[in-house]
Amino acid sequence: MAENGVGRPEKLVVIGGSTGSIDVLLSVLPMVQVPLTGAAIVIVVHRKNTADSALSAVLALRTSLPVHEVDDKDLVQPGHIYLAPADYHLLFEHDGTFSLDDSEKINYSRPSIDVTFESAADVYGPAVVGIILSGANADGTEGFRAIKQAGGILVAQRPDTAQVGYMPNQAILHTPVDHILSIEQIGAFINGGKG
Amino acid sequence: MIAEYEVDLLLADLQELYGYDFTHYSRASLKRRINRLVSLDKFPSFAELRYRVRSDGEYIKRFVQELTVNVTEMFRDPLFYRTLRTSVIPSLLAKPFVRIWHAGCSTGEEVFSMAILLKEANLLHKTLLYATDLNPDVLESARKGIFMMSPMKQYSENYLLSGGTRDFSTYYTAQYGHVKFNEELAERMVFSTHNLVSDRSFNEFDLIMCRNVLIYFDKPLQNRVLNLFDESLGPLSYLALGSKETLKFSNIEPKYKQIGTEKIWRKMG
Repeated sequence: MAENGVGRPEKLVVIGGSTGSIDVLLSVLPMVQVPLTGAAIVIVVHRKNTADSALSAVLALRTSLPVHEVDDKDLVQPGHIYLAPADYHLLFEHDGTFSLDDSEKINYSRPSIDVTFESAADVYGPAVVGIILSGANADGTEGFRAIKQAGGILVAQRPDTAQVGYMPNQAILHTPVDHILSIEQIGAFINGGKG
Repeated sequence: MIAEYEVDLLLADLQELYGYDFTHYSRASLKRRINRLVSLDKFPSFAELRYRVRSDGEYIKRFVQELTVNVTEMFRDPLFYRTLRTSVIPSLLAKPFVRIWHAGCSTGEEVFSMAILLKEANLLHKTLLYATDLNPDVLESARKGIFMMSPMKQYSENYLLSGGTRDFSTYYTAQYGHVKFNEELAERMVFSTHNLVSDRSFNEFDLIMCRNVLIYFDKPLQNRVLNLFDESLGPLSYLALGSKETLKFSNIEPKYKQIGTEKIWRKMG
């Protein structure tokens, strides 16, 4: 099977962030090895609710991996990077597709990181690696609990390397985070496999 | 978190006892909605929730309303509305009579947005706007034309971005934290329950608006609904979907041509 083959990812890396997280992504994405064998990366960042796709274009400049802003019922394919669209929650279905939901904001946010983390834990269980980056909001902490309960791995950006340390700090305070990593270490960790 | 088989049990109850079929709704979202209700209504366990659903006909109204998503806003995605103004509405002007269907209209924000566009194009008086939803309670709310005051600033900005040139506040009267939209906007609206899962086509339309409804359905149900729309659309009529939804990969796609980059298709075949 080709590196970007169809099929279920063996590992699902779900990255959540808010204020200050885009810069981290711009540094981390170029470090991610190409091809990204067996894993899919899903990014949920808080942003203005305009429906433009500028962010996915910016992220795509930093990697030769395919980057997609998710459309309804897109397939979750290994070797690809997915971005939650503005103004929708992003969830996973058992049949290997994404689904979108425009229900109430959670933690003042849509997309909410908690929603995506919880859904990832429900569908992908121990195959999930959750990563929380810089942010000024506690979104993601509840979702971290769900990932841990399902046997997944938790990674928080080292708060002193974050533009706003509140979000990773909340995760570290309230959940059994497995790894607390600098920006460079996050890149290496994504490449390094199971953790 | 409730388990998959528990979701199945609830869905079977709803179908068997009340005739609501949610089995082809997107599972992930549905499960979240059920968990949310367990927490909102403080059910100590799944068994209590199920008992209430099976035994309390009044609670079912709330249950179904909360299971479905009723979040909506006026002029959501202003550029979409701008395309309606510039590319869709002008082609309707010459018609003697226009019928528009808002499928899954929820609390009515979108129907009122459309009525404003039509009013400004001098088309409202010869249009009928059919607004349907499966929840009778949201229709009751939509019919009144009363909305919260708080998002009006955002709606006014959206309206201007959509190409509106008037003072948005002339369309409503504000009172006690609410606004009531002018009666003349509602005069051409017809509200009715309609379930896209089980009900049939009921008229032929020049435009069907169904935005952010299909995302809650699985592929087979999406296809059923798109075919229902196709049966309800006359030649050279339009179908408008939500910004992340598509006609692509559906069997009706070959008959339709997309208008620019917005999620609006015109029936050519």
